[in-house]
Amino acid sequence: MKIFRSHVLICGGTGCTSNKSMEVKGRFEQKLKEVKLDKEVQIVVTGCFGLCEEGPIVIVYPEGSFYSRMNVDKVDEIVEEHLLKGRIVEKYLFKEKAKVEHAEEHKSLMEVQFYSKQKRVALRNCGLINPEDINEYIARDGYMALGKVLTEMTPEGVIKLMKESNLRGRGGAGFPVGLKWSFAAPNKADQKYIICNADEGDPGAFMDRSVLEGDPHAVLEAMAIAGYAIGATKGFIYVRAEYPIAVRRLHIAIDQARELGLLGKNIFNSGFDFDIETRLGAGAFVCGEETALMQSIQGNRGMAKIKPPFPANQGLWKKPTVINNVETLANIPQIILKGPEWFKSFGSEKSPGTKIFALGGKIINTGLVEVPMGITLREVIYDIGGGCPDGKKFKAVQTGGPSGGCLTANHLDTPIDYENLAAVGSMMGSGGMIVMDEDNCMVDIARFFLDFIVDESCGKCTPCRVGTKRMYNILERITQGKGTLEDLDELESLANSIKNSSLCGLGQTAPNPVLATLRYFRDEYIAHVVDKKCPAKHCKALITYEIDKDKCAGCTLCARKCPVSCISGTVKNPHEIDQEKCIKCGNCYSVCRFGAVQKN
Amino acid sequence: MKSLEELRKIREEAIKNVEMRNPDKDVRVVVGMATCGISAGARPVLSAFVEEVAKRNLNNVQVVQTGCIGMCTYEPIVEVYTPNKDKVTYIHVDSEKAKRIVAEHLVNGNVVTEYTIGSEI
Repeated sequence: MKIFRSHVLICGGTGCTSNKSMEVKGRFEQKLKEVKLDKEVQIVVTGCFGLCEEGPIVIVYPEGSFYSRMNVDKVDEIVEEHLLKGRIVEKYLFKEKAKVEHAEEHKSLMEVQFYSKQKRVALRNCGLINPEDINEYIARDGYMALGKVLTEMTPEGVIKLMKESNLRGRGGAGFPVGLKWSFAAPNKADQKYIICNADEGDPGAFMDRSVLEGDPHAVLEAMAIAGYAIGATKGFIYVRAEYPIAVRRLHIAIDQARELGLLGKNIFNSGFDFDIETRLGAGAFVCGEETALMQSIQGNRGMAKIKPPFPANQGLWKKPTVINNVETLANIPQIILKGPEWFKSFGSEKSPGTKIFALGGKIINTGLVEVPMGITLREVIYDIGGGCPDGKKFKAVQTGGPSGGCLTANHLDTPIDYENLAAVGSMMGSGGMIVMDEDNCMVDIARFFLDFIVDESCGKCTPCRVGTKRMYNILERITQGKGTLEDLDELESLANSIKNSSLCGLGQTAPNPVLATLRYFRDEYIAHVVDKKCPAKHCKALITYEIDKDKCAGCTLCARKCPVSCISGTVKNPHEIDQEKCIKCGNCYSVCRFGAVQKN
Repeated sequence: MKSLEELRKIREEAIKNVEMRNPDKDVRVVVGMATCGISAGARPVLSAFVEEVAKRNLNNVQVVQTGCIGMCTYEPIVEVYTPNKDKVTYIHVDSEKAKRIVAEHLVNGNVVTEYTIGSEI
């Protein structure tokens, strides 16, 4: 095998790819050829590094130099200076934006604060290996866990070990994996199935996508292990078609695993057969719900069914089926190899291990983080995420997407795990974490999530189909300044009915964003319905734009930019906005150089 | 795949390629690769170190390049940093000398005194 003296790792995750990281790769290849380094320096396309905000990301080993916000123009200099002459190009290195000591001295990946507080288990290979090369996965102990399970352990032993580790489902509900497997294992059937739920639908969440893009073999290996444990020989990965890179890498990974005999017949000469196929989902949120997901795999319309029967007894084609989420599966090979005690050595007592979060919204370091359970929201948002940009004040953090809730600054010291988040009225969810600052209107946030739910409700049961639409109408009325105090009671009563009477998880959790905002931000609702004001100055119907006559220099810029020509005034004289005609687009506010346009 | 042994074999081969990305290494071999170093023949020296280190599975050794150290007349210069020990500077290194340095110094811990800068000055 050819040994290279230097490796250039280029992020091929969705975030960096959409920022043209493949053009950067192309330029690297071309330039390395020009200076005749192409035989000495290897270019490796990896999965997501996590710090998507600073993408496209390039890391040069052996130094571990962390180049951020790369573009084609920077490539030549890095090749000529760093790769040819050994001088790291300091000016292109990642600069710490979060407040840290010695910010200037950071050079290598692990010295960056964003990474130093993380504990990477499920993401351990993301950004380190080439996901399209099974050998790189094997070099990182890949498929050793499957080998160990098939040659040294009984199915009962595997389930016992998973129970001891107390790994809980990372899709959101937190159901213990070992227990789930133990329900399906004793059922007698001619065929059982393992399903990997990769139908990641929460707005702003991309944990599963990143695992599939960065380390697809870990998921395949874990599915085979699960298959052995419950006696299944067939696996399906239900992944959304909107994840083209993940789907392509999964197909490559499945082909490579089959070629090496790590999927297929008689794996490790143990008599165990296992094979995996993908099924592409069309992007319906409800298909992340297990019964709807199975309907979709069977070729039916994705609609939830009543439980029981549970999938472990009668799942796919009425056969015993275990459904695990991508991130859950990605943990399993490590637990098998290192043991349950190792896994329980981090995280909290009831929720051992780590959790991946997709940090988004008003936060400096947008990206993907994996942290031990029990870490506080403050550590994730401030120490890793860097806090809110532009010096704005933190207002709330939304966890759990459309099924979750909002937490306030008072909750920042809450340790993150299933129980603690539920206790304060939110939920762990699948891992979306959206940070909001003083400019976000909480009523509008609740309206946004309900809008999503109304779109995504499958329509099978009335509370969800009709109830969420009614709630949405009320919220819309409130944001337009037409709400009343009675509306708030009506919202609460509707929310509770929908929660108690919906068929599946989608409907049962749909009112959560409304209930949570009503609980912690009731004053904002009251301001909307009583004072007809939006405290965050976000809801269009409740704000006005006015020009401060003393500050206006009469430059006419706002008048020229106004799309409805409602600003009048002459050069060097104060201008005025005709409130009747104003559509509140905010153009005048953003173009004014004198701070004369005010939002009230 | 028929046995764990077979998998281990693939792993051992594959690890040589990925090992470079492991940041936990305590011994650093630094090869001067500025214009002076390259023109004096540092490129094959660097490759020789990389290959020898991989061949011998020296997982605690990192081979990196650096710019001009300032003693261009002694290039190719190679410095070896070992924790709690003095830095060793080798001069006029070529690929044969590199192999000996790996075998004697990095594997067995015996500095190849005759190649060090001290022997010349």
